Amino acid sequence: MDALVSALYGIPIVGLLFQLGGYLIAVLPSIAPGILQAATPIAFAALCGVMCERAGVVNIGIEGIMITAAFVGWYTGVLLAPLMGSVDLGLFGANLALVIGLIVALLSGVVISALHAWLSISVRADQIISGTIINIAAFGLTGYLNNLISKTSPNGAGSFSQFRPPREVLDLPIVGWIIGMFLNQGPIAMSVIVIVVVFQVLLFRSRWGLRSRAVGEHPRAAETVGIDVIRVRYRNVLLGGVFAALGGAYLSMEATNSFQQGMTTGRGFIGLAAMIVGRWSPVGAFGAALLFSSSTALGNSIKFSLPSGDLGTILGSLPDQFYDALPYLVTIVILAGVVGRSIPPAADGQPYEREATT
Amino acid sequence: MIIASQLVLPGAQFNLLLPLTAYSALLQGAFGSFDAIVDTLVATAPLVLGGLSVGFAFKAGLFNIGAQGQFLLGALASVAVGVAVAGSSPLVAISLALLAGLLAGAAWGFIPGFLKAVSGAHEVVVTIMLNYIAIAVIAAVVGGPLRQQGRPEAITPDVGNAALPILIGNSGHAGIVLALVAVAFIAWLLFRTTLGFEVRTVGANPDAARYAGMRPRLLTMLTMSIAGGLAGLAGAVVVLGVTHLMTPSFGTTVGFDSIAVALLGRTNPVGIVFAALLFGALRAGATLMQIEAGIPVELIDVLQATILLFLVAAPVLRRVFRLRGVKTGIESTETITKTYGSETVTG
Repeated sequence: MDALVSALYGIPIVGLLFQLGGYLIAVLPSIAPGILQAATPIAFAALCGVMCERAGVVNIGIEGIMITAAFVGWYTGVLLAPLMGSVDLGLFGANLALVIGLIVALLSGVVISALHAWLSISVRADQIISGTIINIAAFGLTGYLNNLISKTSPNGAGSFSQFRPPREVLDLPIVGWIIGMFLNQGPIAMSVIVIVVVFQVLLFRSRWGLRSRAVGEHPRAAETVGIDVIRVRYRNVLLGGVFAALGGAYLSMEATNSFQQGMTTGRGFIGLAAMIVGRWSPVGAFGAALLFSSSTALGNSIKFSLPSGDLGTILGSLPDQFYDALPYLVTIVILAGVVGRSIPPAADGQPYEREATT
Repeated sequence: MIIASQLVLPGAQFNLLLPLTAYSALLQGAFGSFDAIVDTLVATAPLVLGGLSVGFAFKAGLFNIGAQGQFLLGALASVAVGVAVAGSSPLVAISLALLAGLLAGAAWGFIPGFLKAVSGAHEVVVTIMLNYIAIAVIAAVVGGPLRQQGRPEAITPDVGNAALPILIGNSGHAGIVLALVAVAFIAWLLFRTTLGFEVRTVGANPDAARYAGMRPRLLTMLTMSIAGGLAGLAGAVVVLGVTHLMTPSFGTTVGFDSIAVALLGRTNPVGIVFAALLFGALRAGATLMQIEAGIPVELIDVLQATILLFLVAAPVLRRVFRLRGVKTGIESTETITKTYGSETVTG
């Protein structure tokens, strides 16, 4: 076996591919849970984008919704933790303050989305301006308040912990690490997969999905068959806010247990990119988010421990910053080379005005 | 807003006059003295250039979220060239360094334009990704080939003679004049040349433009390159006029503020000047506000958002208060989002 491996590795050029394959097989099981964790906030941002744009509303304020939810969820925990103590609820290491914090965070996402919905649907303002307003305001407000609060160095309500699947399951050959990737997770990361699948099915197989898509493609036609365009758009934008808020809450309540200024670091925008790369479908967007986070994880892994052999020599000669840029490069290459022309819903970004009834 | 935050937050002593202190400090920091006004102008210059970059792309129906990346690359290139020619005569050094910034920004803008034209890749995605790649490139170059020898921290050498001359006060560098020249140039380009007409036509109606024999693909590449060049120039103005060197973490909010500036200026070159002046004044005044009133500078972001909010909500407010006035609102800004959704480049 070893002889075969070293023979394969020894082939010029092609051998490099085998070396890469061997390296992947060696590191994937250990970085797999991290891949899903890194993909979670991006995937939620992308799902928010799909939800809004399928109904014809452009939402570039996702980043702002995320940072708001991250802050509100954490700060609710700060306020409630001293009052409620930290009684473990028995699942995911959750306590009451943490759960209430999550709910309030989701509500804050809905509130911010309501502002975007009102501006872009009712006021018929420019949707990019509306999104920009939300981003600037959210970053300013959370940064401003965090600056004032952090002087007292408060403690939050902790964070959701990971579910620990039984050892025997993880030790299963071949599939063990894949199961671990999805089960060795906290509640928010674990919910991504469920939400993606349900959303995909509903969007393309249910009445609600058909109506949403109709409103996003041809609102006038949708109206003539009796669909309330305005209502559908409001509903989808508000639901999208819940997704984005989940992504934000994940950052401050599951991935960490604190809030840092600007902690979303562009994930909302990367989510928008994932949505476009995934061609406005939930599964596609999730795949794009996974692709992005795996190239991040792989880059970090290469920086940390180089593969052996010629491949390691080549990869090691590149500057570390190349691996920082790797996920972004991969996204551009995939978008330009594989996905090709991106065709958004036809009425994306266009305000809708009811025809005057005469 | 300041009062409200006092109410919400525990531990802050309540002071009803705090907002007054804060805003007067803000005003004083922006316009209170000759030096303050000069500081405001210095903060305004890159915003004008950045705003022009985003606004020009909007005119052609392209959303340049990548002004930040083009800004960074422009800054990097002009430092690199500036350091290389630091010893030559100022005129030569400055021209070369500025040109380098312009070209590097243009190149960084050309990439999304080119990819959009050949494969239809959405420029919003590509420019966002390029913003992050620019950060990595800067860290690699400033920490590597451009690093000044014999210093413990990664920092580039000074640009020497390539530094922009100070024209007004202690810090009013020539970049302010350059920004105004750029405004005049872009206004001329947009409204007095065939190219500008084509750019505006493609932005307003790509189909009509194609039927009229214009070439949307070529225009996309050209527009993004010009937009990138402007943002690159903004980066050059900041490093050559203010910092004179670069660190790996070099970064300002100019690229992102530019989007708000372009929107507030309604993508019109002259409007952008006033929007940039407003935002520049806020940024310049924020420091004094923080010192005198203890208000975090993030308040500026909230103010900017509020200003934009009033801009878009104007039609509603007019309806509510039954004001009559010139018709503004979605009609004039419609092209911005319309083209985010539709395909500018087809056929």
